[in-house]
Amino acid sequence: MIKIKAKDVDVFYGKKQALFNISLDIEENQVTALIGPSGCGKSTFLRCLNRMNDVIDICSVKGEILINDFNINDKGCDVVRLREKIGMVFQKPNPFPKTLYENVSYGPTIHGIAQSKQEMDEIVETSLKKAALWEEVKDRLHEPGTGLSGGQQQRLCIARAISVRPEVILMDEPCSALDPIATAQIEELIDELKKEHTIIIVTHSMAQAARVSQNTGFFHLGQLIEHGSTDKIFKNPDNKKTQDYITGRFG
Amino acid sequence: MNLILFTFIVLLGFTSYYFGRKKAYTIQSTKKRLTALPQFYGYYLAIWCAIPAFIIFSLWAIFEPTIVKLLILSDYSNQGYLDDELNLIYEKTKALSRGQFTGEITPFIEASAEKYLSLRSIAQSSKVVIVLSIIIASVAYAYKRISSNSRTREPVEKFLNAVLFTASLAAILTTVGIVFSLIFQTIDFFKVIPLFDFVFGTHWYPAKAFVRDSSEALDPTMYSDTFGAVPIFAGTFFIAFIAMCVAIPIGLMSGIYLAEYASTKVRQYAKPLIEILAGIPTVVYGFFAALTVGPFLKELGTSMGLEVSAESALAAGGVMGIMIIPFISSLSDDVITSVPQSLRDGSYAMGATKSETIKRVIFPAALPGIVGSILLGVSRAIGETMIVVMASGLAANLTLNPLESTSTITAQIVVILIGDQAFGDPKTQAAFALGMSLFLVTLCLNIVALKVVKKYREKYE
Repeated sequence: MIKIKAKDVDVFYGKKQALFNISLDIEENQVTALIGPSGCGKSTFLRCLNRMNDVIDICSVKGEILINDFNINDKGCDVVRLREKIGMVFQKPNPFPKTLYENVSYGPTIHGIAQSKQEMDEIVETSLKKAALWEEVKDRLHEPGTGLSGGQQQRLCIARAISVRPEVILMDEPCSALDPIATAQIEELIDELKKEHTIIIVTHSMAQAARVSQNTGFFHLGQLIEHGSTDKIFKNPDNKKTQDYITGRFG
Repeated sequence: MNLILFTFIVLLGFTSYYFGRKKAYTIQSTKKRLTALPQFYGYYLAIWCAIPAFIIFSLWAIFEPTIVKLLILSDYSNQGYLDDELNLIYEKTKALSRGQFTGEITPFIEASAEKYLSLRSIAQSSKVVIVLSIIIASVAYAYKRISSNSRTREPVEKFLNAVLFTASLAAILTTVGIVFSLIFQTIDFFKVIPLFDFVFGTHWYPAKAFVRDSSEALDPTMYSDTFGAVPIFAGTFFIAFIAMCVAIPIGLMSGIYLAEYASTKVRQYAKPLIEILAGIPTVVYGFFAALTVGPFLKELGTSMGLEVSAESALAAGGVMGIMIIPFISSLSDDVITSVPQSLRDGSYAMGATKSETIKRVIFPAALPGIVGSILLGVSRAIGETMIVVMASGLAANLTLNPLESTSTITAQIVVILIGDQAFGDPKTQAAFALGMSLFLVTLCLNIVALKVVKKYREKYE
């Protein structure tokens, strides 16, 4: 089933066009990897999906992005609700300078999800458990989140993102600042999370894309060159550029 | 004469720079590798010119007057004059030689004056000769010494180091000197007025000290109810409090607006405009408070049936608050802007609105820096003088009514020190005691503020 349908998306930074005519379908409850050399526009595309590009003054987005058949670029779209449904994990772990508990309860608080303290405790616990962090931090929920290791911080950010039960999770190179062990933990987690969420991950690591994703899109110079099942893209791509990139001949 | 000599020495410095460099180029042209760039050879020679000149000039400035005086007064020795009388004679001689002597001219003095003039001219010409010959000798010596492998870079760098060190030392020594002068005068003050009376006394009335005839002996008991500093400390903190009530909300909110809401274009114009407030001289704020705000508040109060003094604490404090707005807004703007964008993104991506993000993430993260900026604002408010002198009263009332007039430490120092002073008088020394307490308060505030700001910086860098 198609969860997100992007149609003819163009993105401009001022006068410079960053994305050209991107049309891409994202399958529900699967992991879609976006790969491509630096500056190819894959992160820009990711940020279109929860309208994070609104934060950048000079950025403008054209075209349709349908999520559950609703165009999020419509004027009627409530960005607050949209971002409740579409969570995001960033490249660099960015826990708030607050306690672990406050980090995870942040989303439920601002969206008024929990009715009582007890309910909030439950949300925090399940989110941390789903993020595979609970066992490590359950005794220090009220210590600052910035005191954790890099990998733990990133899992905390994942817990923060899933605390509001989003339908989609966007991950922007979530492992690029982490060591191999932490990376493996996060990849395992992604595999687990796809049961309940649709995941789109931007990554520079071809191996990671091959390991975690079912679908892959290859971006180059603002164009979507090729997309399809990960198997096909990695074993038998149609386009020569994709072939060259995947085999490491450029990029 | 000295000016010409000085210009000449500067020219000489430039010439030696030129010759030093030229010699270096000459060495270079013989395919020898230099140990430093040719400029360093130039600077090296210029330093050999500057240092001896400086030393001789300072020695001359120190010893010339003493030696001339000794020579003049040697004529009067063995005549049984006292030291004081000798000094007087010397002063008369100098005055006469300048043509400014108005008293009776005795032949003795006249002869001395002539001798004085001739001695001065001898000193002057010998100075010229000595300075020039020593400079030329030293430059020539250095010029001969420089060769392809002589070390010139290190001495030049060391010289620069020494010059910069002297400059900072001068700044530090001045500060230390000021602090010591404060300390000694304050100690003298507390020898007459007990510390307890000063710190806990509730009656400040230094005008009483004017009454004393300075020829009378000091009687500490007559000051028993004169120098109680509580009213002016209270007034100082009260006015500062009013000022911060104005400055903190407005400054903070405009800082948040500039950092988070304003578009790049608005920010580009609004920030300098707000900072113009900081460039207005405090004396202008002072008469704005005294002549515009004060009377306006008085009229407003009268129309509402309130009794408002024309020099109310409210007027002075309010205007002072306006003066402090740019400090707080500009500093908190900087602090908020330096909160990493990734935290904002994290919050927005959770679906938080701008105000939620500011309230829950950015403000707590920036809080230490904001507290620092507020503390710096407070220390400015406490040290502010002109506005209070002009717009607030000079009588130290102990009051917490913002509509009455009150006075501050700074204003009282001005009151005490305006006009003629008698040194060593408790009234004058009271100013030093007040200055000392003011210094201590602002010092503590600044230390705390800087600590807080620094701690904040460590967190994100």
